[in-house]
Amino acid sequence: MRTAAAILRKDLLIERRTLETLPGMALLSVMTFVIFHFGLGQDSLSGQLAAGVLTVTLLFAAMLAVNRLFVAEREQGGFDAFLLAPVDRTAMFTAKATALFLFMVALELIAVPAFALLLAPPGLGRSLPAFLLMLVLADGAFAVIGTFVSAIAVHTRARDLIGPVIGLPLLLPALIATASGIGPLLTLRASGSPEPKWLAVLALYDLFTALLAIGLFDYLLEE
Amino acid sequence: MSTHLRHLRGLTIATAVTLTAGLALVFFYAPLDAEQGFVQKIFYVHVPLAIVSLVGFCLGGVFGLVYLRTGKRVWDMRSYCAIHMSLIFSVGGLLAGSIWAKASWGHWWVWSEPTLVSYLIVILLYCTYQPLRFSIEDPERQARYAAVFSIVCGAFVPINFILVNLSVQYLHPRVLNLQGGNMPNSMKLAFYVSLLGFSLLFATLMKYEMASKEMRIETRRLRRMLLGEDPAGPLVRSASPS
Repeated sequence: MRTAAAILRKDLLIERRTLETLPGMALLSVMTFVIFHFGLGQDSLSGQLAAGVLTVTLLFAAMLAVNRLFVAEREQGGFDAFLLAPVDRTAMFTAKATALFLFMVALELIAVPAFALLLAPPGLGRSLPAFLLMLVLADGAFAVIGTFVSAIAVHTRARDLIGPVIGLPLLLPALIATASGIGPLLTLRASGSPEPKWLAVLALYDLFTALLAIGLFDYLLEE
Repeated sequence: MSTHLRHLRGLTIATAVTLTAGLALVFFYAPLDAEQGFVQKIFYVHVPLAIVSLVGFCLGGVFGLVYLRTGKRVWDMRSYCAIHMSLIFSVGGLLAGSIWAKASWGHWWVWSEPTLVSYLIVILLYCTYQPLRFSIEDPERQARYAAVFSIVCGAFVPINFILVNLSVQYLHPRVLNLQGGNMPNSMKLAFYVSLLGFSLLFATLMKYEMASKEMRIETRRLRRMLLGEDPAGPLVRSASPS
């Protein structure tokens, strides 16, 4: 646990000093909203369409972070140092997944208000708690699968390609659940409570993928 | 001689016989479907292809797990060939399903159909298997990463089907439910024989592929030895186990 905390602290410190990932993610998401506005030719979206636009935007922004997650580790020999240290290898996964989760939350602090400002219909305040709950669960899936895929992709030649190409189909169940779950919340007459089915699906998917990834992560670090 | 060549002739004959018997049953014994008529016959090809390919994907994951456990390269070869064959079968199954959908529902593609959609997602996922392997040069690392991928995706297959099923309403005919479906016995017989035939076809083709791959590796090694070069040879970039 202390190892994971140390790696996480290092990653957050690097991000704070270099600002390599988060501003890019935020910029990309706002740009995507603008593109969607012109592409769809609508001033405000609601319901399933709004949910789709938001989910896709977050997904693409997440892919930026996924591509960068292990790059520093590989280029500056962090992997070798970590493998030499007598510590549990799962710590690396825990730290990276937590970092990615925090990146996603930070991104949403910018992207969701931007979405509300630019595209969402007014008067959705009642749905906010359920909406945020769904987003946090979706971030869990992004974090777990993103970290796993990033660890695979970082050792390949075409890592910018391999990461998203494997990550997208693996994330699809989570995306289906997120989009279907927040769709009804983004309508004007929303009841404000999420559909328990999608909450359960997302939570179970997070749990399942986390267990699988923790079980297999060791094999991705071996030299 | 490669171990994969054992039983190959017997297996090939059994496959040919079962497939022929299956097709004969389909065309001459199973009754015409009351609603769909002759078009329904594609069911005896489409469903076995789909089932065999999905089982093959999961099998690839199991082989991958054994590879990670034992470290023996033959399991990597098995995992690779199982996934490779499944991918071919699944594309066949998707095409057959599309033809059936066009004939019975009037559309080549139906989004409201969870089984079709989840099948497409699974195929898209496994399409990345070869690019992944190809982009890793070190053979040992390639095998290990491919095994990890195959396990995750093998577990993903059933999960994905459950999830997509949740999101859409049923339309696809349920032929294999717990009550044994609602087919008459003659149809059931034809279906099970052709399912067996396609499973045997899968096993045979997989064995042939493994035999041919190992033969190629062996030939290359022997040729290099004859020429007096290093038997291991230079690293060749390849998606398949080498």
